[in-house]
Amino acid sequence: MSVSEFFAMGGYAFFVWGSYGVTAAFILIELLLVMNKKRSLLHSIFRAAKLNRE
Amino acid sequence: MKQRHKRLALVLGGVAALTVVATLIFNAVNSNMQFFFSPSQVVAKEAPVNASFRLGGLVKEGSLERENDGLTVHFLVTDNAEDVQVTYVGILPDLFREGQGVVTQGAFNGEGNFVASEVLAKHDETYMPPEVADALEKVKQQQKAEGGTI
Amino acid sequence: MKIFTKAYWLQWSSPKTFYPTAGKMIPWFMISGLILTIIGLYYSFFVAPTDYQQGESYRIMFIHVPAAWMSMWLYFVMCIYASIGLIWRTRLSDMMAGAIAPTGAIFTFIALWTGSLWGKPTWGTYWVWDARLTSELILLFLYFGFIALRAAIDDPQRAARASALLALVGVINLPIIYFSVKWWNTLHQGASISIDSAPTMAATMFTAMLLMTFAFWMYSIGIALMRVRNEILEKEKNASWVQELLRDGK
Repeated sequence: MSVSEFFAMGGYAFFVWGSYGVTAAFILIELLLVMNKKRSLLHSIFRAAKLNRE
Repeated sequence: MKQRHKRLALVLGGVAALTVVATLIFNAVNSNMQFFFSPSQVVAKEAPVNASFRLGGLVKEGSLERENDGLTVHFLVTDNAEDVQVTYVGILPDLFREGQGVVTQGAFNGEGNFVASEVLAKHDETYMPPEVADALEKVKQQQKAEGGTI
Repeated sequence: MKIFTKAYWLQWSSPKTFYPTAGKMIPWFMISGLILTIIGLYYSFFVAPTDYQQGESYRIMFIHVPAAWMSMWLYFVMCIYASIGLIWRTRLSDMMAGAIAPTGAIFTFIALWTGSLWGKPTWGTYWVWDARLTSELILLFLYFGFIALRAAIDDPQRAARASALLALVGVINLPIIYFSVKWWNTLHQGASISIDSAPTMAATMFTAMLLMTFAFWMYSIGIALMRVRNEILEKEKNASWVQELLRDGK
């Protein structure tokens, strides 16, 4: 099986890669959103703590 | 402690009551949950007579005829008890095959012919490599041949 | 035995104890999820053979079925947490239910999306209103309702109670999704994998599907724990233990 044959998926490339691609994108975006949320939470808590000390 | 038990009973009771209600509702609307009518139901006059409905079953082996225009097809939809003659003009889905499942949307014309406006293929839940399918087919043919000679 | 005492179980329902423990567990779930995904994808594309009817298009199954299973399983787990919260009034259980919901909704969407892309080349249509597809779509709306209701009510206790009730009402949809292909005639095919019979697919296909299922499962636990930690931080940001934790640089 050649590389181009693999990507052609027997003529079903749009459907197969459309499925796997969207799945991967959703999981990655979910991960990034949750990690970003944590970063901004820590940031705001740090800032509040600093203000308290000053 | 007592309060918690009461809440537990309430939750369990609620779920049980809901199950009963849902069962009743789904029993009542059961016929509306069906996606298609089988040929037997059509013959028994359970399907709408003058309206469009979905007819589902298997494409009868050896019944598929294509007209010369390349678009018009005739085939029988069967549930192994009754057959219905179907005519369709258009492109068939990739998995449309004789002996495989099919669901068609359409209505009867005056002459007892079901004219479909849409044909969908219904595949089964069996998945296997082509070599295995070939081997199975060979065994089936062999059994048929042996059955014929004995 | 320690695990039979009430105190042992109560400590886990305290956000303060749970926060660091969850933090230690997350990498394990995420790493095993990643490893399972890599092996699962290898099986899905290079080990599992071409299908005799559908050719290569059936490979969508390796994410479609695990995603659909997870969409139902996560809803079930979410309901368990929601009802524990409802009965014992433990705050952490409500937080867990809330942390699972978005991932459940995502897997429901993935199941619908991949199913649609699988339906076009095989059935000849992206969508039909048969019992299986419709009930799975209702599941997506149940997740949306749960998330929205939880966010809409300001008082956390009332939000937890209302959303838990909604989740419990919706649990009736799970057997409907699962058995829809048995109870009614549908365009969707029946189950290839069931408890009472051998799988109707080649062994390597089955392996690929199981690998992807466990990969999604591990990921779901990992991301839910990450999300619940965020929620704990947000709710307890003024608590002394959070301040101490941050001072220690964790």
